[in-house]
Amino acid sequence: MSVRVFLLALWLPVTAWAQGYAGLGGSAEGFDTPDPDYVFSFPRDHGPHPSFRIEWWYLTANLTGADGQDYGVQWTLFRSALKPKEQEGWQSPQIWMGHAAITTPDQHFFDERLSRGGIGQAGVSAQPFEAWIDEWHMRGDNFDQLELSANSDTFSYDLQLSATGPLVFHGQKGYSVKSADGQASHYYSQPSYDVQGVLRLPSGDVTVTGNAWLDREWSSQPLASDQSGWDWFSLSLNDGHKLMAFRLRGGRGDFTAATWIYPDGTTATLPDGAAQFEVLDTDEVAGRNVPTRWRITLPARGIDVEVAAMNPQAWMGTRFEYWEGPVRVSGSHAGRGYLEMTGY
Amino acid sequence: MTATVIRTLLSHWRSHRLQLITLLTGIALATGLWSAVQAINTEARASYARASAQLALGQFDEIQNSDGFIPIETYVALRRDGWQVAAVLDGTLRIKGRSVRIMGVDMVSYPALPAVTEAEQSQAPPDPADILTDPGRLLMTADLAMLFDGAEGFPPVLTSTALPPDLVLTDIGVAERLLDRPGQISRLVILPDQPQGRTPLADLAPELLRSSPSAQTDTAQLTDSFHLNLAAFGLLSFAVGLFIVHGTVGLAFAQRRGIIRTLRALGVPMHRLIWLILTELVLLALIGGLIGLLIGFFLAGALLPDVAATLRGLYGAPVEGQLSLRPAWVASGLAMAVGGTLAASGHALWKLSQMPLLSGAGLQAWGNAAAHRVMGGVGLLLLVGAGLIYLSAQGLLAGFAMLGALLTGAALLLPLVLSALLAVLGRHAKGPISTWVWADMRAQLPGLSLALMALLLALAANIGVGTMVSSFRLTFLGWLDQRLTSELYFSAEDAEQAALITDWLNPQVDAILPIRNTELSHETGPLFLYGVVDDQTYREKWPLIARSPDAWDRVMQGEAILINEQLARRADLWPGDILHLTSLQSRVIAGVYSDYGNPTGQAIVSMRQLDVLAPDTPPALRFGIRLPEVRAAEMAQKLRDQFDLPTQAVIRQHALKAQSVAIFEKTFVVTSALNVLTLGVAGFAILTSLLTLWTQRLPQVAPVWALGLTRRHLAGLELLRSLLLAALTAVLALPLGLILAWVLLAVINVQAFGWRLPMFLFPGDWLRLFALTLVAAALAAALPALRLMRLPPVHLLRVFANER
Amino acid sequence: MLLTIDHVQKTYPGGRPVLKDVSLVLDHGQTLALTGESGSGKSTLLHLAAALDGFDGGEITLDGTPLSGLEDAGRAALRRQTLSLVFQQFNLIPSLTVAQNLSIHAQIAGRHDPEWEAHLAQHLGLGDLLDRFPENLSGGQQQRVAIGRAMATRPALLLADEPTGNLDETASATVLDLMLGLVADTGTALLLVTHSLDIAARLDRRAHLSGGQVT
Repeated sequence: MSVRVFLLALWLPVTAWAQGYAGLGGSAEGFDTPDPDYVFSFPRDHGPHPSFRIEWWYLTANLTGADGQDYGVQWTLFRSALKPKEQEGWQSPQIWMGHAAITTPDQHFFDERLSRGGIGQAGVSAQPFEAWIDEWHMRGDNFDQLELSANSDTFSYDLQLSATGPLVFHGQKGYSVKSADGQASHYYSQPSYDVQGVLRLPSGDVTVTGNAWLDREWSSQPLASDQSGWDWFSLSLNDGHKLMAFRLRGGRGDFTAATWIYPDGTTATLPDGAAQFEVLDTDEVAGRNVPTRWRITLPARGIDVEVAAMNPQAWMGTRFEYWEGPVRVSGSHAGRGYLEMTGY
Repeated sequence: MTATVIRTLLSHWRSHRLQLITLLTGIALATGLWSAVQAINTEARASYARASAQLALGQFDEIQNSDGFIPIETYVALRRDGWQVAAVLDGTLRIKGRSVRIMGVDMVSYPALPAVTEAEQSQAPPDPADILTDPGRLLMTADLAMLFDGAEGFPPVLTSTALPPDLVLTDIGVAERLLDRPGQISRLVILPDQPQGRTPLADLAPELLRSSPSAQTDTAQLTDSFHLNLAAFGLLSFAVGLFIVHGTVGLAFAQRRGIIRTLRALGVPMHRLIWLILTELVLLALIGGLIGLLIGFFLAGALLPDVAATLRGLYGAPVEGQLSLRPAWVASGLAMAVGGTLAASGHALWKLSQMPLLSGAGLQAWGNAAAHRVMGGVGLLLLVGAGLIYLSAQGLLAGFAMLGALLTGAALLLPLVLSALLAVLGRHAKGPISTWVWADMRAQLPGLSLALMALLLALAANIGVGTMVSSFRLTFLGWLDQRLTSELYFSAEDAEQAALITDWLNPQVDAILPIRNTELSHETGPLFLYGVVDDQTYREKWPLIARSPDAWDRVMQGEAILINEQLARRADLWPGDILHLTSLQSRVIAGVYSDYGNPTGQAIVSMRQLDVLAPDTPPALRFGIRLPEVRAAEMAQKLRDQFDLPTQAVIRQHALKAQSVAIFEKTFVVTSALNVLTLGVAGFAILTSLLTLWTQRLPQVAPVWALGLTRRHLAGLELLRSLLLAALTAVLALPLGLILAWVLLAVINVQAFGWRLPMFLFPGDWLRLFALTLVAAALAAALPALRLMRLPPVHLLRVFANER
Repeated sequence: MLLTIDHVQKTYPGGRPVLKDVSLVLDHGQTLALTGESGSGKSTLLHLAAALDGFDGGEITLDGTPLSGLEDAGRAALRRQTLSLVFQQFNLIPSLTVAQNLSIHAQIAGRHDPEWEAHLAQHLGLGDLLDRFPENLSGGQQQRVAIGRAMATRPALLLADEPTGNLDETASATVLDLMLGLVADTGTALLLVTHSLDIAARLDRRAHLSGGQVT
């Protein structure tokens, strides 16, 4: 047993989001709650919102190596507030957690970091933008030009990101509803980064290019009490369209939402039930059955695609565990993207 | 056949019950004292190991700052370079007059700690948020929690069974507030998995030192010498106990020679007899060993609380006062009993196996003049060896080897020396009876020599250890007088209160002496740097054992530094040498002062220099107050009333001295107890030897009786003889004991504690010991003498009838 | 032939030869007295016959077993099974009772026979002394216990070394009568060492040792 296991409990709020802990979903307990009338302001909102319980900077990238092989890269910084107040130093209630991963068709590398918030070991500043934990960082003069780095005892990567389109706001102008009861979050993305850089793997260094998708989300009351987990897709189609779609699995029925993104960055928000999810195949991953081949249909947009994991074993065996990995899209449309599944 | 032989062999004990009891007692005493010491040592070491495991100490490399603490900025810089390190802030807190160790760890990154796991798995697990954020939580044993019961200004307490005594585990955020050391880190633990491509520590933070677990000064290392001391004592007791076994077994075998011979004549093969006797010895050893273990267990249980107190006081070592019964301890105790018994009886058994079937069944003295010369030769060689060790080798083990060689050598030499002494004394004898007495005494020597050797060892140990403790005590008391010069001492809660109090006091007293220090690290271990203000008190009283001219002037001018004896000896630094304090700062050593009662290095600079050398030293919270002694009591009360201070926050000099002396006395409780027990065992050895000799005495006494001496007269002579032999041995033990004391003070103490003590002589103690020896010898001789006096003449007559 | 002593020589280490060339025979049921001066080697010869000590030349054969090749265990077996000894010093076990002393040899030999031991005790006049310890017995009584102990194994050969040497005249006569009676009754062969010609005269044959030889 370790103190790290003990710390799992620290992540109850995040865990609640990820794994659907009952009872926590509805209450904000002194934290701020998302406001449907909130007006985003940048660069301020790229920075942290400590009065909300949880928040993340979540980047996934589909890359192709000089060797012709596909790679997936994840870089995530989570913030979790233990209490709705601020304090300097060690006793700051802000706890930060970083996750980084590289996925190849047959291997999956990951690492994580944990840090106190009040001492400068981890944090986010809006302008110039920097999100960091230990030596991991995502930073740039502004949000459109970022350099990304993560490092572990087995792998590391250094990537340059360059935005080719505008920010995209999900739900109602960035107010993203998560259940029929009205739980919601503030949620925006930058889905169009061009990426180049280098991955350092045990087998050697690989120069890569591709594109990345950065999600920003914060909330204090993430899930409804009956919700047990979620399946989240970010897909980039070869014709220039993009799709963000998620399904929150609940005892009273699933709740779905999706954002259709045109090549010019304009969006259409699709209501609950517009996107349909069907599990075609599962794999045994880390001792559990995890869906790794999906059929997603969006009849209104003429979409009927099969989404298959590039590497079914892309399991994040971190303090709280989940599946996160690159996917390939075929069917009515072709493309690639990322899939995150929690609560399995 | 086997059953018959066993019955026959055992029938001997039925008619020699006292002998059996003596034998079992010898084995039991030897095993008991040895295993008591073992139990204490094992328990203490187990406590250290448990504490290390409970705090994850000694498993990982660590980083420390030779300049003192590591600033939080440096920690973040290391982290932001990729170094996976966990921050720890250690410190000591005084609460209700007791020192409590605070260990603050970054609960988010520090490795596995059983106490935290225990809390997590408890019935009502604490909310992690409560532990990590204000006010936080303190984890400690239930015992310690009682101390915190009702204490104000502390976070809520969680009790744990997985923590060492006297330690509070908490989050580093709580610890820096409790210890008033914001932003400070004592050490960084290097976690197992490190990412690639980190900047070398030397480039990133050259002031930081990385140390491997083995190099970290840990309790086990610090206390090694103490335990070695105890073990040596245990071994000495064991050896003395074995003298009893040797004597008794030798006698029993000699007495059974007739039986053995008859059994062989009746057709029992020799090898079968040897095996059966061996089995008998092992059985007796096991029985004696079990009794010994029982004695040892209770003895250890009785002594352990004092040992624990000593170790905590002396080294801050976490030892619990509870004894647990370990199978390994039982097994090793029994093995020592069997091994010791067989070793002590090996000679007798070997002689028995070599005994020709037809030799006489009579008793033989085991040991003769030729054997004594060989023993004497070996003894002389050992003494020379002891001298060589002293001249050539260093270290604690060499010191103990030297002691062992010295004691064994002297013991082996004893019979030869005694024999020579008796020969010289006997030359002046006048008259037939006197001549007979002296000659008979020499003839008796071989039988008594082992017991006298045991007595010599016990007496020498007693004199040596007694001299050491008393010298230490005397030195310590004198040192306390020098060191505790202020009439009053007070502790403030914080700097603000300290300032208020000193302002208020200033016009009313002669001087206020702040006690202010910080912890740095030196290559020899932790180094506590103290700052002092310039005051006559220090110049007049501070106990310097080595000094250069104008030592205090140079210290006060900021040029020089004073260091304690421990640091001086460990690092071999003396006045005129340079002490490197930090990576940038060093000072010339102006003097060395004696400093008893703590194992760590210390140094003194002027108060201004302290701020130069260690700018982050917390403000002084403890102060000494100089004022006329007559006003001390009144001032103490005024001070308490004025600032509403708790009673123990203001303490008078004599109370502090009394506390210190009490701790000192506790330190040597165990030593004294073992000392007395060893002497008791030696006394018992004399008794058994005399009782043994008694059976051989009749043939020697009978002719003298026949010549016209009364039995009363003979008994008186017997008593006198024992007294004389014991007295001679005691006289010989004195120089040996003094050499032993010198070795303890000048060699062992320096190695074990880091200080060398002056040796004082205590003739009064020797006289008391001498008298005690005579009383013991008289008591031991009284029983045989009484028997002789009451012996029916027919028994003496039978000697002639049985004479062959 | 029960006992054959054939040209036996024995020299003590560093000393003069005790037995130069001794030959003797003793058949089942025979009694033989061995006489000689003090130091003539008669006790030594008895010890050799009892397999208590080794010899330097010649051979001794006991009940068909040559002694020269035997180790301690083999000699011990002969002492258990074939012969018994009676010493001048009695050599009882002081810590055992008379009854225990009586049966000890038989028990060691594996021939414990309570009836026979009771008979011996009765015959030797020890019936009232069975619970006593040797130190409370007179010399004559002790030697009677020793004879009982020896005869309890029903040995083929009894070796007695001056059995009455430590006893007064009356006790001597009693002990000798009892021993010779028992030997005769049980058909035990007896080799008896004595310096007394009167005692020697009561046995079947006599041999005299002098100058290390039988004369």
